Amino acid sequence: MRRELLDVVRVEEVGPYRLLRLGRGRLESGLPGQFFMLSPPGRLLPRPMSLCLATRTELGFLIDPVGPGTRALTGMARGDSLNVLGPLGNGFRLDVERPLLVGGGIGIAPFPYLSERLNHPPAVLGFRTAAHAEAASLVPNSEVIVEPRLVTEALRTGHDVLACGPEPMLRAVGKLAPAAQLAWEAPMACGYGACYGCAVEIDGRLSRLCVDGPVLMSHDRGLTPVMSERDAA
Amino acid sequence: MILNASGCLDALAAPDVAGKLDAFVTKTVTPLPRDGNPPVRIAETDVGMLNSIGLANPGIDRFLADTLPRLLELGPPVWVSVGGFAAEDYAELCARLDEEPVAALELNVSCPNVSSPEDEVEEIVASARAATTKTLYAKLSPAVPDLGASAAAAARAGADGLTLVNTIRGLALDPRTLEPKLGPEVGGLSGPALRPIALAAVYTAYRATGLPIVGTGGIETGAHALELIAAGASAFALGTVLFADPEAPVRVRDELEHEASARGFQTPLAAYAAAHGEPPPTPLRRVA
Repeated sequence: MRRELLDVVRVEEVGPYRLLRLGRGRLESGLPGQFFMLSPPGRLLPRPMSLCLATRTELGFLIDPVGPGTRALTGMARGDSLNVLGPLGNGFRLDVERPLLVGGGIGIAPFPYLSERLNHPPAVLGFRTAAHAEAASLVPNSEVIVEPRLVTEALRTGHDVLACGPEPMLRAVGKLAPAAQLAWEAPMACGYGACYGCAVEIDGRLSRLCVDGPVLMSHDRGLTPVMSERDAA
Repeated sequence: MILNASGCLDALAAPDVAGKLDAFVTKTVTPLPRDGNPPVRIAETDVGMLNSIGLANPGIDRFLADTLPRLLELGPPVWVSVGGFAAEDYAELCARLDEEPVAALELNVSCPNVSSPEDEVEEIVASARAATTKTLYAKLSPAVPDLGASAAAAARAGADGLTLVNTIRGLALDPRTLEPKLGPEVGGLSGPALRPIALAAVYTAYRATGLPIVGTGGIETGAHALELIAAGASAFALGTVLFADPEAPVRVRDELEHEASARGFQTPLAAYAAAHGEPPPTPLRRVA
């Protein structure tokens, strides 16, 4: 866990979303599905964002500007800088044989980086509108589903599902694919286990998503923390 | 002396952060395990942060068997925050911690589920005092009609010091639905909005008791910490700022040295009670 002041390189429009590109400084990119805490200018608390893109010189975050924090982040421009803490939490396990990425809305944010690390596996991406679906251009090999169709209609059997999206989508995907890896989200004040704000029910108990997640294994009942490569080592 | 505010840091999850403190204060421990409140538990407002965690903790049995031994290995002295719903709860917790190598016990007599009128503070502190010889701090709510009287009651009952302040109740509504943002609806407000409230509480309690005070509430910078010291705090605790900045203990300590020296104080503690005039008045000591 490292915190650094990073420079904004540029902010790109991706449909209604914005891709915030930052000079990466000395931060590690971590595993896909891990997240960073980004401190928006003028706000008290940082915001958790999963890493969307990692290059040698940049870290990119796909953001939906829906509230004061996300709007402050996407309103930044070249020349601005912000504090970034991370990488945090447990990411996706990458030792999968037949990966299928399943995403919904802004939940596709970690997929460009995940897709690259898995050599561009097939992806099924669901969006509310065609404008939101522009974000699918960031994920190679993706099939786009626009409401009222749902991603669960396009799920194929025989794949290792890695999913991220709104809670109803994750629950539906988890039912159809009990061995899926699901990336969840919750409001977080700190991202490193201090605030207990991000508690969700895991294995029948309220646990901190930032420490035990955000990627959890789906099983028929409840969810279990992913055994990360670090834990397994 | 720099501490964390109870519930604002997990030393086991972030030992590097805890290692930069002069003492680590645990999340409040209760007699029985508590899962805490249902989500959503936190919300940001324009002036601070609301939380309603609900005293999530493993309960005293597991705390003693599992958590405390690991905390003690980390290095910094450990203060244990204890909480309950009746004076007997506090007495039981203090008795069970009496033989443990912890530096102090902090009585959370200001959690949202325990009202804290003066007589209740006095009863709780007196029960705890009878159960332990440990250094005993009472953490008070600022939301009382007469904080000086509450502070004096804690002193009368045998508190060695005070922690001021806990959060104050607040509500945030979703701007679209106009429904409460937090699952438990009302939560505790912390952050910048608490700063003048904490200053007033420290200032008042210093005059009322002269007890050592841990000042806490909205500290973001060394200048904020210096103000609390000037109001009568001999130590301070970082809370909400730790969420945004895990490096705050080191940064605030450096800033505090600088701010004190820029005002001609040889050390930050040389500014102790400076807000009360030179020389500071003898505290009223409304202690019987």
